[in-house]
Amino acid sequence: MDILITGLLLGGTYALIAMGLNLQYGMARIMNLANGEMLVAGGFVAFWFWTGSQISPLLTVFVVAPVAFLLNWLIYLIFLRPLVKRAKSRGQLEVDSILTTFGLSFVAVGLMLAFFGGDYFSYSYLSEPVHILGDTYGANRVAAFLAAVVICGLLWLWLNRSRAGMTIRAISVAPESARLVGIDVRRTAALAFALGGAVTATGGALISTFLTLDASTGVIFTLKALVIVIMGGVGDVRGTIVAALLLGLLETFVARLVDPGLTLAAAYLLFVVILLFRPQGLFGRPTT
Amino acid sequence: MTALLSLRGVTKRFGGLVAVNRMDFDVTEHQVLGLIGPNGSGKSTTLNLISGAFPVTSGAISLRGQPITHLAAQDIARRGVARTFQLVRLLPSMTVLQNVKAGAVFGHRRHWGHEADAVAEAMLEKVGLAGRGHMMVGQLTYIDTKRVELARVLAGEPGVVLLDEWLAGLNPTELEEGIRLIRGLRDEGRTVILVEHVMDAIRSLCDRCVVMAAGTKIAEGTPAEVLSDAAVIRAYLGDDDDA
Amino acid sequence: MSALSSRDWGNLSLCAIALAIAACLPWTAGAYGLSIGVTIAMYTALATSWALFSGPTHYISLASAAFFGVGTYVTGIGIQYLPYWTLLPIAGVAGAVMAALVGLATLRLSGVYFVIFTLGLAEFVRQIITWSQNISGTKGIYVLTSIGEMHIYWQLLGLAALVWLLGWLIGRSRLGFALRIIGDDEAVARHSGIDTARAKILLFMVPGAVAAITGAVLAPRYVYIEPSLAFSPMLSFQVVIMALLGGTGRLWGPLVGVIPFTFLWEAISVSFPNQTTLLLGVCFLVIVYLLPKGFVGLIDLANKRMRSAEGYV
Repeated sequence: MDILITGLLLGGTYALIAMGLNLQYGMARIMNLANGEMLVAGGFVAFWFWTGSQISPLLTVFVVAPVAFLLNWLIYLIFLRPLVKRAKSRGQLEVDSILTTFGLSFVAVGLMLAFFGGDYFSYSYLSEPVHILGDTYGANRVAAFLAAVVICGLLWLWLNRSRAGMTIRAISVAPESARLVGIDVRRTAALAFALGGAVTATGGALISTFLTLDASTGVIFTLKALVIVIMGGVGDVRGTIVAALLLGLLETFVARLVDPGLTLAAAYLLFVVILLFRPQGLFGRPTT
Repeated sequence: MTALLSLRGVTKRFGGLVAVNRMDFDVTEHQVLGLIGPNGSGKSTTLNLISGAFPVTSGAISLRGQPITHLAAQDIARRGVARTFQLVRLLPSMTVLQNVKAGAVFGHRRHWGHEADAVAEAMLEKVGLAGRGHMMVGQLTYIDTKRVELARVLAGEPGVVLLDEWLAGLNPTELEEGIRLIRGLRDEGRTVILVEHVMDAIRSLCDRCVVMAAGTKIAEGTPAEVLSDAAVIRAYLGDDDDA
Repeated sequence: MSALSSRDWGNLSLCAIALAIAACLPWTAGAYGLSIGVTIAMYTALATSWALFSGPTHYISLASAAFFGVGTYVTGIGIQYLPYWTLLPIAGVAGAVMAALVGLATLRLSGVYFVIFTLGLAEFVRQIITWSQNISGTKGIYVLTSIGEMHIYWQLLGLAALVWLLGWLIGRSRLGFALRIIGDDEAVARHSGIDTARAKILLFMVPGAVAAITGAVLAPRYVYIEPSLAFSPMLSFQVVIMALLGGTGRLWGPLVGVIPFTFLWEAISVSFPNQTTLLLGVCFLVIVYLLPKGFVGLIDLANKRMRSAEGYV
């Protein structure tokens, strides 16, 4: 029972991170391998504000999100739009964007190492226990989970109800037809990319309340987010949430019952199984 | 005559859309079969199903009595069913000769080394491109890219040749030459299935026609028969509700 | 396979002479020079074999570290039971089999999946080995041999020569031709009768085997092997960078990337040890925006310019 709840709490936060990547890959069509670094950067900022001036990470989010939005928007304009323009085929864009975002990811790690050093950073915020169904959990995990649920919910509402959200979904489903009905695909893709970055950075600020991060852990979160996005189905919000909860459960399960050093291996194994049996994602229809 | 290639109840669904619905037809050796119909009627999809470009939803396709329904594209090609593409696809980093050699090395009959070069040269001559083997494909005119693609297909010495609007966009002189070329294929004993809109070509080339509309076969017979068929005329003129 | 022309023989003998000169390095250079030589020979073998696969197929493999690590462990564990000379072939077979399995699982799918799969592979194997060591209570493995730096250098040089030979042979073979067609247009390849999945898997076994053998050769140099050393993910990225920097269009392309990058890397690690990641990142960006075809592309362009300039005179 206690594994189940811890797993779900972790999965909720994962859902937020993966949602960010899904916006970028599913909607803006850029496989952003620097996604994890955005998360770590979000975590850094939260750490800074807390240790520096005791500002709650739950409030820091309101600073992190707009800054990350702006930063990702600039990254898209400066680095990625030229690639989209010059790409002759989807395959070429894929290779170019993989290399570029890897490059950006290394640059980000390098810069963070230079400014903050290679130390692990963690802080204790809301570390008092909370009782749920007779077991105790860290209040920070519960708070992060609740915040993630609220943000995911708002995002889902926005994507399904608002005009801008519908536009983003339209370009993910059919970029060509979207252009025909008067959607500015390039601007919308930039918007989706920036929003994805903001969501991931927010996830980073939340996750830093209960996990220890360092400048080079970003890639691990990128991997996890990728596994979730692929498992849930690219561009599928509902699938992402279910997949994230599943991964949270699996990791907690493996960490408790087998060995905490095997969590990534477990995630990877899950990824392999998905690739072999349901490459189109949990809820995806087979495509040709 | 026994059928060389036959389709039985072949159906293709894309999600909710039925692109090809229960197609049945046979084609024998030494025959040119025209697959005609209005745009979006499922002709090219049928060609894609025969060549294994994507999987058939249900039904069966057989070649010389052997089922090929679920074979991969490369295995269908190896058994001697070769195709051109609606939008010409050449290998951009290679010369004309190398493009054609691709067919000679990996097609139905497989050659290598000087032998493959010889086959490729012969095919270039056949399509009227003798001596242009060294050119890069980017330097070619539109009709010549079509010629190269046909030469690549023929270099594998296929029994069945699938042509997807190969005559589209040619001027009258080129068209006449193209028709002569395709007729030559039949005279060599090959079977040709062509998806085509050019009516003159259909009349003078095809031994038989299958007419499709909205994914279904609506008529079959000689060109003269099908072109005077009331259902065919309705489908083309578009006063039908699904045209 | 067609007969060799006199030009082929000329090129072959030139290569043989160059190799012979390179083989004299242990006597001409000092200890530091030799260690640089080992690094260059190692990355040449890795990057050239990587480019053999990734050049024509455009799949970016990040599995080098996984294969390398497996090779290291083949030597580490095997040296206690088997004579050294049997370990290199065993490592090669292990790497090739692993590559074939990865290929079977992923090469049918799009490039993004392949990248993620290979990126995760090294980490996966590392965690499994660490875990099994925790269970059995062992930590690292000592590899104590009499193999010196110069022996390692010669073996790596031989391996690199073997990779070139193999690449040259593949280039002249049906498989090589099939791969060029796949690289140009995969649909055309399939409809021409090429089993594209089989061709890609066969070819992916080459970098798999080569990286594993490289790991096996280098194991004695480390003396003490532990998972985080053998499966360092940085290795995979360095291989990609060097190969792309040189250019995958030619067999000698990766070498042109390996040499300058090795010196640059050495210089940066000595003076700014924390900035190697930044360097790697900048190199990725330089390749994408300034050198999409690597140094080979630049050289080809210069040749073309010179030829057309001569034409106008």
